[in-house]
Amino acid sequence: MRDITKTPLFWFCILCIVVASVLPVWVSGYVLGLLTVAYYYGVFAMAWDLLFGFANEVNFGPTFLIGLGAYTAGIVNGRYGLPITVCVLLGTLAAIVGGLLLALPALRVSGPYFGLTTLVAVLILQNLIVVFADLTGGEIGLTVPDVISIDARANYWIALAFMVVCGAILWGLSRSSVGLILQASGQDKVQAGALGFNVTKHKLAAFVISAFFSGLAGAMLVFYMGTASVGTFIDLTVAVQIIIAAVMGGRRTIVGAALGSIFLVGMTEVLRPMGELATLIVSVIALLVVLFFPNGFIGMLTRKEPA
Amino acid sequence: MLGLQIIVDGFAISALYALGATGFTLIFGVSGVLNLSHGAIMVSAAVGAWALHDLLAQNAYIGATFGVVLAMIVSLVTYGVIVRPIQVSRSIREEEKEIFILTATLLWGIILQEVIAYLFTNNAKSVVPIVDGVVSVLGVRIPANEIFTAIICWLVIGLLWLLVNRTPAGKAVLAASMNPKGVTLLGIELNWIYIAVWAIYGALAGIAGVLLGMFLGVSSYSVGPLTASAFSIVVLGGLGSVTGSLIAAYVVGYIETITAYLISPAYRFIPSLLLLVVVMYVRPYGLLGRR
Repeated sequence: MRDITKTPLFWFCILCIVVASVLPVWVSGYVLGLLTVAYYYGVFAMAWDLLFGFANEVNFGPTFLIGLGAYTAGIVNGRYGLPITVCVLLGTLAAIVGGLLLALPALRVSGPYFGLTTLVAVLILQNLIVVFADLTGGEIGLTVPDVISIDARANYWIALAFMVVCGAILWGLSRSSVGLILQASGQDKVQAGALGFNVTKHKLAAFVISAFFSGLAGAMLVFYMGTASVGTFIDLTVAVQIIIAAVMGGRRTIVGAALGSIFLVGMTEVLRPMGELATLIVSVIALLVVLFFPNGFIGMLTRKEPA
Repeated sequence: MLGLQIIVDGFAISALYALGATGFTLIFGVSGVLNLSHGAIMVSAAVGAWALHDLLAQNAYIGATFGVVLAMIVSLVTYGVIVRPIQVSRSIREEEKEIFILTATLLWGIILQEVIAYLFTNNAKSVVPIVDGVVSVLGVRIPANEIFTAIICWLVIGLLWLLVNRTPAGKAVLAASMNPKGVTLLGIELNWIYIAVWAIYGALAGIAGVLLGMFLGVSSYSVGPLTASAFSIVVLGGLGSVTGSLIAAYVVGYIETITAYLISPAYRFIPSLLLLVVVMYVRPYGLLGRR
């Protein structure tokens, strides 16, 4: 393992974090609010990148895990008035259980079949939420009584710190032997198995880790927003946003996923005056990045040949 | 009478599902591409047909034809601009191309959806049916359009079968799906096969889209659900197996119709989704899949 303090990417990240942490001095509460959401999305995208970039499993359903975390946390808070920390823990737990359930078929199928299984998981969750409307608020959404903080700056710093810590852990994991074995089994399952690595165990671990971070971030985002609805947490458009962010930022980089999310939220905001054209332009840019810079932003920065 | 109603309604919707899924499975079988802009191509066809009739005051036949042609054009553009460049790209690793094609076609679908929404709003549009009126069979009132839809769907599927199994061009396509290298060794240009298959796919998706527009109506919001339903039918039947897709289309179509009639339209999609999950656990490669 190379000394990470010598890579330009490391210093670039430090610089970004420093700039981001002093940002509240200058910018308005509105921008802070946007960035706060972007940071939580960053965690979603990083968790997705671990599964997709390293384990090479197309997960169309990141929002299944996020939604489980968010809705569980929101419902126990609204129904039983448990403190936020307990709710977030329960939400995370629910996401991990969901991740294990989702991983069961994943260990048997791969490629498009796996992609479909994850897609179906999202659709089922979405339908169930609408059907059990008296518990979940249905299509109108769920209102959560508690919030993390009412101060925009405090929320901003919590989100930033959360993203940085999650990012560091995931990045560390991806560079550890676990990450390397995952990458190996993603590229050639049989060969990785022949080298004596337990592919199944590692994929399962990747799932649980991804579910842990997705659920945790989902549960925290609920307490930032104060509401949860299918449109903001579970809908496939949300999943698509996360996938676009991770691919645009650069796969197998973890950091890229976070950058991609911030870029995506920023772009959508800048283009807001364009009205309906905003989504169109963002998708066109994302498509161009996928077609011409398959290694994403980080790939452009480091100019490394595809490894 | 409810039973008969379910049988008739289910038959028409299943035929439509079958036609939509056939194109999807054809593309996968021949070129190994899962086209996630499938729903967008179907909606483009329906909106094209709608626009020609409602905005430009053409008759229903011209509208429908235009819709199908439009879908073929969009399909060829999808292949030429999105899929082909990724397949031949040298900066994307071979084992990652599948994932890139999935992502890129997904984005392309969103782009088409947004263009449609921008030009023609999100409102639901129904294409003017070619056949009008209601037929009464054994005391059940059936819209003539429903019968027309089922007939056209099966006619097109039948023609496709003849084309693939009984003509030299179709046999070349079949051969390409089995062994692309072998086909090139026989002096057949693989590229042209792919282009032809994408054009056929466009026509199938276009016909399905226009019929759907006449039957249920479409809006730009239908793009995602249409792709998802074609995807799930095809996987349920086994990727690349046309027969499997046809069976799966009927299974899904009837389960949905029965649920909608006997339980509640709100639960319509849940049983078929659950079935899909069960099949994934029990038979990971679908009903008639091969691997």
